[in-house]
Amino acid sequence: MEDLEVDEMILNMGPQHPSTHGVLRIELRTDGEVVRAARPHIGYLHRCFEKHAESVDYPGVVPYTDRMDYVASMGNSLGYSLAVEKLMGITVSPYVSTIRVIMAELQRIASHSISVGTYGMDIGAFTPFLHLLRDREKILDLFEWTCGARLLYNYNWIGGVSHDLPDGFVKACRAFLREFERLTYPELVELLIKNKIFIKRTCSVGVCPVDLAISYDLTGPNLRGSGLARDLRRDEPYLGYEKYEFDVCVGKGDYGPLGSCFDRNMVRTLEMAESAKIIHQALDALEKMEKADVHEKVPKRVKPSKGEVYVRSEAPRGQLGYYVVADGTGINPYRVKVKSPCFTAMSVFHVLAKGMMIADIIALIGSLDVVLGEIDR
Amino acid sequence: MDFTYSLLGALLGGLPPWARIAVAAAVPAVVLITFMAVGPIVYVYAERKFSAFMQDRLGPMRVGPYGLLQTIADAIKLLFKEAIFPGQADKVLFTLAPCLVVLGAFLSFVVVPFGSHLQTVDLNVGVFYVVAVSSISTVGLIMAGWASNNKYALFGAMRSAAQIVSYEIPAVMSLLTIVMIVGSLSLQDIVRAQAGGLQHWFIFRYFPLMPIVFLVFFTASLAECNRTPFDIPEAESELVAGFHTEYSGFFFAMFFMAEYTEMFIVSAVASVLFFGGWMSPFPWAWTQGIGPIGFGPFWLIFKSWSFIFVHMWLRWTLPRLRVDQLMYVAWKVLLPIALVLVVVFGALVIYVPGGFAWDQWLSWPLTALVLGSLVFFMVTAFRYRLRRAQELAA
Repeated sequence: MEDLEVDEMILNMGPQHPSTHGVLRIELRTDGEVVRAARPHIGYLHRCFEKHAESVDYPGVVPYTDRMDYVASMGNSLGYSLAVEKLMGITVSPYVSTIRVIMAELQRIASHSISVGTYGMDIGAFTPFLHLLRDREKILDLFEWTCGARLLYNYNWIGGVSHDLPDGFVKACRAFLREFERLTYPELVELLIKNKIFIKRTCSVGVCPVDLAISYDLTGPNLRGSGLARDLRRDEPYLGYEKYEFDVCVGKGDYGPLGSCFDRNMVRTLEMAESAKIIHQALDALEKMEKADVHEKVPKRVKPSKGEVYVRSEAPRGQLGYYVVADGTGINPYRVKVKSPCFTAMSVFHVLAKGMMIADIIALIGSLDVVLGEIDR
Repeated sequence: MDFTYSLLGALLGGLPPWARIAVAAAVPAVVLITFMAVGPIVYVYAERKFSAFMQDRLGPMRVGPYGLLQTIADAIKLLFKEAIFPGQADKVLFTLAPCLVVLGAFLSFVVVPFGSHLQTVDLNVGVFYVVAVSSISTVGLIMAGWASNNKYALFGAMRSAAQIVSYEIPAVMSLLTIVMIVGSLSLQDIVRAQAGGLQHWFIFRYFPLMPIVFLVFFTASLAECNRTPFDIPEAESELVAGFHTEYSGFFFAMFFMAEYTEMFIVSAVASVLFFGGWMSPFPWAWTQGIGPIGFGPFWLIFKSWSFIFVHMWLRWTLPRLRVDQLMYVAWKVLLPIALVLVVVFGALVIYVPGGFAWDQWLSWPLTALVLGSLVFFMVTAFRYRLRRAQELAA
């Protein structure tokens, strides 16, 4: 038996693979079912966002930001608008901020629905995915009603939003939340999260201790899954998030070591409920406010004076940072650099993937919740 | 067999003996092949509708009323599709593999008793025959994985081999207990030993023990036909499509057909061994047949389809196990239980022949309880769905 040659096999997973969540290619060195090393190859969806941003004017960048994290477009344009507003010294009215909060949190629910749903599908449970997609559809209906688009909204403009909320939005939104909180959410927890097989598959897989998470700059649910309560909405409030009451969900290591795939997924699940809480409060606040012109602060000509700014916000996938440089001469940004949460999440992948089974690789990618549009930009 | 012979004897009395035997062999073959080819059309439609119900959507609706013709259209499409051979594939093995898989699924039909005489051959080693023949499919799967020259297919084939080798053992062990009680390997003898209504079925014999045997067998049989939660050989989120990644057109349809036929076979074996096969659950003679018309096929197919429904139910509810967890379940959970049960049943058959005293009294209330709760949950689900539809309409 000693002279039996054991060879490692290279397995290319992706870019066309049902569960690499887009066009991600992972080069796996496998020994049977065990993965000895995993190297992610990114860049299949590179669309030169940052170069494009230098050749269009400031408001023209907003549609490009939508196309980065196409699962959560609202969060992207929000971050960019906040950055340029800070650069120009614009403060939007509380009415606009409240609308932005509602939209951002609805988008968070929609994005986490996709994430948790496809995660269930990666593990093999198909049904929760369709239940969640059904409810995401209703959020998209609300978005379509408001701004006419279902995926790429171009909604958060510099200094305002593109459309005011339509009449009856508050009522429709409450109806959706009621259904989501009472029916879909408990059903999801019963069907997927509490499922014994699901727990067994995820509870001790892809464990990312908190020091590793910090050293690889994980943010958002991935970091909170490792047990660190860091949330920009609470720590560095923007858009008046300090007015809303919500919990920052962290992984607790219920069924295994802290920071496992289960914890990351659990954080997302819990965050959906927290977002619903925030939306309820924001809708209450909105009802008490007087309608205002959402274009009031939108500048006719966006031409910031020389300067640079770095603004970060809590997108559904983590801290999304925009570094915008203005040279004060043209109407185009001199430079727009994005710090993408998915890119940093992907960087820890090869560390966590070492020594896993092939099936766990799928579980790991799903739990990091990467969107390739944002990694490659 | 007697039935077929006497019927054919009357019709074809003038033929020489060799021709009679040829016809007698051809008739069941044609009937069973038709059953095997048409069955999956029903199962696939049912599966799509069940899953649609569970996932709050409609399922096929466009082709024919309620989409009834959808699977027929799919089957026709698959028949006319080009079969693509990968450039580096081993063409002989690549073609042979789906044939072997279908063969393995089909050969088991030979001993399935659809009625007292509606059985192609009543082999005296029936149980072992089924176990042995259904393993032929595994050879086909490995062949398919190897010949495709695709790494995912190879992974699927290896997983499938490991899985079937592991799960065959607890399945056979659990079958042994029944064989010990009956003292015969013939499926017909096993059915006849359960005659006289529901309280005589083996699932209610030695009450708390036999359901455990059944669960062991059912779990193992799920794994043998690669259904969720044991569908790792084709795990679509990991291995794309596993061993049949490279197959298209009719060859793919053959794999598909074999999978669903295998589902029917394990369900039929489960109903023969534990649920009285073609026997009616009621003690009245007319439920078993009126005059020359026997209801045996109806009862067997009804019972088997109920199990197929459970297979589908599990598939759309449960996530998938990992390879090592799958092996853990087989070797560290099912096998010890099955081994202990074989020993216990060995003793029971000698010292308490005929079952425990309470078996007779438990059978009907238990059945009522299980069916009642099933109906209750179904009605709840339907009412929930109706209410939801009304809410959406409002």
